[in-house]
Parts: sequence; structure tokens; C-alpha cells
Amino acid sequence: MSNSKNIKEEINQYIKIFIALGVLTVITVGIAYIEVGKMWIAVLLAMIVATMKGTLVAGFFMHLFHEKKIIYLFLGITLVLLCALFFITFGSVYNQVGEIEQGVIESTSSYIH
Amino acid sequence: MEVPYTVKPRLDTGLYNSKLGIWLFLASEVMLFGALFSSYILLRAAAPSWYAGPDVLNVPIGTLNTLILIISSVTILLSWTSIRLNDLKKYKLYMGATIFLGALFLFIKVYFEYLPKIDHGHIPSENNFYATYYTITGLHAIHIIGGLIVNLYFLGPGLKMYNKEPERFCNRIETAGLYWHFVDIVWIFLFPTIYLLPGS
Repeated sequence: MSNSKNIKEEINQYIKIFIALGVLTVITVGIAYIEVGKMWIAVLLAMIVATMKGTLVAGFFMHLFHEKKIIYLFLGITLVLLCALFFITFGSVYNQVGEIEQGVIESTSSYIH
Repeated sequence: MEVPYTVKPRLDTGLYNSKLGIWLFLASEVMLFGALFSSYILLRAAAPSWYAGPDVLNVPIGTLNTLILIISSVTILLSWTSIRLNDLKKYKLYMGATIFLGALFLFIKVYFEYLPKIDHGHIPSENNFYATYYTITGLHAIHIIGGLIVNLYFLGPGLKMYNKEPERFCNRIETAGLYWHFVDIVWIFLFPTIYLLPGS
């Protein structure tokens, strides 16, 4: 079992990260009510704050900042595959939106009745 | 037969086996939720219009649930630190708090979000917005239920291991905590994406 002084220092760090996460949650909600005009800016802002929060949880709560190399390897491979998945999706979205605008296909969503 | 490397780390990986296992599982979970998020992007981009999250979803309730999950992430860490300090009483307190907060999250989700929406006829078949909302938040809720079952086991019958193999039990709590934090991270990305983005 670990040294009790180190564990108490760990607990203090967790509390600080918790406060930071609380503040970032308030910021997340706050920026949603700001009129930014363009959709991509709203998405970018939301994802920047979410990424900051996710990094704090993964880095400090899951101790990813001090993990073994093999975990970084696994997560690195996962990240590459995730990027490939999103790359394929964005390519498909680009084609789909273009075809909708040209009238080649109809919109796929049944959103509004 | 004794399961090897449940306490001491393997020489080649530097990790005990269940920690390596949970990270591999979490990597597969990243791809699962990644697929759902990419489906959301595809459906949304092709839609002629899309609801603004704050117009149709309950943002204060979503914010409250975000805070509940973050607090539960801290309490599960405190349960892990308590067991490392051999403080069983505090371990039970913090693990109990984690379970309570997880159950509270689910109660709020079902009672204040799902049921009122279903009462008003907003079901997954209504449109793509609600289909993605129920699918992604529902899968997340199933993950919370899974975590609650595991945490309940470690507060109840699974606690017997602490008397015989305290370090192995400690590693189990760390592993359960890694899963719980991952569920928190999913919600951290899910909440702004579904609840807060403007309409189009």
C-alpha cells in the first residue's frame, strides 16, 4: 500500500481538479447561450471546453499522465482508428450535402413534420 | 488455478493484468461511442433542419446530472484512496456515495427527462433528433447501470476479498474507477453535443 502522505497529496489534487471541472461545466453552459453567429464556432467552442474537461479527468483521475508506455500505445492506435472513422464520416457528409444541394438526392432526415 | 499477475505487475507490460484488460476494453468503448457520434454528425449534416438542444431538452437538469457524475468520479477516487489507507469505514462511505450518485443520475434522467418526453409523444421514431438523443443517452445510461452493478458488488459480496487479499481488492477498485471515469468522460462530450448546440 502507498505512503499515506502521498495519498493525502493525491486527494488534495483530486479536489482541485474537481473544482476546475465544476468551473468548466459552468463555462460550457454559459457559452451555449452566447450568440456566436456561425454553427462551426459554437461546435468548436463546445468541443474545446469538453476536451479540456476530458483531459483533466483522463490525465488526473485516470492517471493517464503517468501511465505505462503500453497503455499509450493502445490508446494511440485507438485514436488513429477514431480519426479514420471521423475522416470517413466527414467525407461522406461532404458528398451527401453536396448532392442534396445539387438536387441529386433528397435530404435523408425526417426531422420536421 | 490461480490467476497470475493480479497484484504484481507483469515484467513485459509493467501492469497488473486487470488494468491492462480494462484499458483494452475502454479502447473498444471509445470506438463504440465514436461510431455513434459519427452517426450523429452524418444524420445532422443531412437534415434540412435540427432542433436547438436548449429549446427541447432540459439544460438545467443536464447540467445537474453533469455535476452529479463529476462528484461521483471524485467519490470513487476517494473510496480507492481510503482502501489504500486501510480505512474500510471511509471506503464504504465513499463507495456508497458513488452508488447513490449514479442511481440519482439515472433517476433524474428517467423521471425528469425520458418520462415527460414520452408523455408528450417525443419517442425515438418521431424524428432523427430524438432517435439519436435516446440512442446515445440510453447507451450511456446502460453503462451507468453496468458500473452500478459492479460497484454494488464491491460494496457487498466482493468486499470479502479485502480480508484475504487487500492489495488485489485495491487493484479491483482502481479498475472499477477507471471504467466509472470513462463513463464520466463520455457524458462530458455528450452533454454539449446533444443538449447545448444551436439549431440549424
